[in-house]
Amino acid sequence: MSELTLTVMRLGFLAVLWLFVIVAIQVIRSDLFGTKVNPRTSRRGAATASGGGAATTAAAGRPAAPAAPAGSGGQTQGGGRRRGAPTQLVVVQGSLAGTTVALQGQTITLGRAHDSTIVLDDDYASSRHARIYPDQTGQWTVEDLGSTNGTYLDRQRLTAPTPLQPGMPIRIGRTVIELRK
Amino acid sequence: MSSYDLSGDTGRAGGRRRAAAGRVVPRRRGNTTISPQGAPNRRNTELALLVFAVLLPILAYANVGLAMDSRLPAGMLGYGLGMGALALVAHLLVRRFAPYADPLMLPIATLLNGLGVVMIWRLDKAGHLLSGNFPAARNQLMWSALGITLFIGVMVFLKDHRVLQRYTYISMVVALVLLAAPAFFPARAEDFGAKIWIRMGSFSIQPGEFAKIVLTVFFAGYLMVKRDALALASRRFMGLYLPRGRDLGPIVVIWLLSLLILIFENDLGTSFLFFGLFVVMLYVATERTSWILFGLLMSVGGAVAVATTTSHVKVRIDAWLDPMAAFSANPPKGSTEQIGQSLMALGSGGVTGSGLGQGRSWLINFAAKSDFILGSFGEELGLTGLMAIFLLYALLVQRGLRTAVAARDPFGKLFAVGLASAMALQVFVVAGGVTGLIPLTGMTMPFLAQGGSSVVANWALVAILLKISDSARRPGVEPAPATEGQGGPAR
Repeated sequence: MSELTLTVMRLGFLAVLWLFVIVAIQVIRSDLFGTKVNPRTSRRGAATASGGGAATTAAAGRPAAPAAPAGSGGQTQGGGRRRGAPTQLVVVQGSLAGTTVALQGQTITLGRAHDSTIVLDDDYASSRHARIYPDQTGQWTVEDLGSTNGTYLDRQRLTAPTPLQPGMPIRIGRTVIELRK
Repeated sequence: MSSYDLSGDTGRAGGRRRAAAGRVVPRRRGNTTISPQGAPNRRNTELALLVFAVLLPILAYANVGLAMDSRLPAGMLGYGLGMGALALVAHLLVRRFAPYADPLMLPIATLLNGLGVVMIWRLDKAGHLLSGNFPAARNQLMWSALGITLFIGVMVFLKDHRVLQRYTYISMVVALVLLAAPAFFPARAEDFGAKIWIRMGSFSIQPGEFAKIVLTVFFAGYLMVKRDALALASRRFMGLYLPRGRDLGPIVVIWLLSLLILIFENDLGTSFLFFGLFVVMLYVATERTSWILFGLLMSVGGAVAVATTTSHVKVRIDAWLDPMAAFSANPPKGSTEQIGQSLMALGSGGVTGSGLGQGRSWLINFAAKSDFILGSFGEELGLTGLMAIFLLYALLVQRGLRTAVAARDPFGKLFAVGLASAMALQVFVVAGGVTGLIPLTGMTMPFLAQGGSSVVANWALVAILLKISDSARRPGVEPAPATEGQGGPAR
């Protein structure tokens, strides 16, 4: 083998090795995921047509509330849009304190199970602890799902689905959650 | 106000600590919405990179053949196809069983393994000068195939990494048995002091490599349960959180254990790896810097105490402090020329190296294929190639840590951190030893170096990481629509 061929091969191999590294880094760059910041389009547009709202969320990568059928779905969302209705759920105490979840007419499940909407990292929580959902009239309601240590609304242990008002603390173990406007 | 609004003033960006849930929507600025974005399924990217990763070692193989024999090596097509087929099977099973897994880990592991086999084959060819020569490349190839088989086994049978959480304490016992076992086997001359092998006839395994994974299961399970006690019950003193005495228990136990390994098995690497792994995971689980401080103090203290009493460790430290002593006119007793040789090899490689197959690797006459394979790479690929190899490891570790960030469950987070940092620590310990940064330890470069147990265990490690990343990147199930009856079935 001539010296030239060997030199070319040597440098060529190094180049190809680095090419692999660079391609791999490019893959990481295009593989960023997690959260995405969307500049908000006209609020009014989203508020007037629920279709427009759905499009906004769909553009955000994942539609949070599947397009609801016209009948009862429209009613629920109409309820959700009422003035004074809570718009978000806030974790006030506990290891997740500070997190918020937007209320978009969907059921919010709470528990240690990893597929819950809010994964509680709390020794006193059951895997499927409770859920918070709007009933037919759009009133947000909390229901205990047969948890071991119970769900408390103020000081009362829940025994049946109970309507929620903004600002009422829901306590699960060390975690306290509130609806906020 | 729209029900789609996340209308935010200043709410704290969600999930200060361990807010895992992908569906929790944090709020930040006034006029933007922040929405969780699912990771794309990147299987085609993985396939493309995998083809690249198979072609590179084949190129290296051809390069070695041309440089040493002036012709393409005979087995090129066969080995290339065999490696390609194995990688393809692994890829197809990832497609089937972990469709959302990270796209980089499998190609990087394949590439490192392939490069390792080529380098071992090249050192075999320089054989007549190597002591105790045997066709190690063929063995390594066989072990790699076995490793990929284990990878496939983990893919198929480990449905969910959280299952391992049930075996927290069983894995502790298993890890202790694996770690302690070599101490009870008679030492052999060719092991050069370190007792980290179990030998049965001609067959030998290095249980420490497997203990690495099992022990990570234990640490992750244990720390997940105990981390609140370890993090919160502490006093503040001079800006440091001092843990309570009784919470120091586990770290002291692990420390004593790693000292025992050091004393009875003479293995600096294993004991450093396990103690380091524990401290890293402790830090990740509790966010307390004081643990790192304690860990460093304890490891330095332990190492110094053992080094002054044990001859084997002392030799290693002396060789580190003065690597060229063995070449002097009257070398000190028990000195070893290994580090000096590897430094020479790295130096003669220079920036771009001598070219594959054109170095003088046989001059590293001991353990050139295993502990010192980095020296051979440094000589033939130069600094440029060695940097690329280190970057490949860094990428592998980064993907592991990224998996941990994305993982939804605390056990998965800790487990992924543990596996990634075990890999990182091992690379650091080996590379540091070969380049003379820290005392040399008896560990092997993951995937690259000769050693069946190492290759097999690291393939299993990558498989578990891929499984965790699959569950971390899998898009969440949509919340049930709240339109029917009581608001849809609770899941």
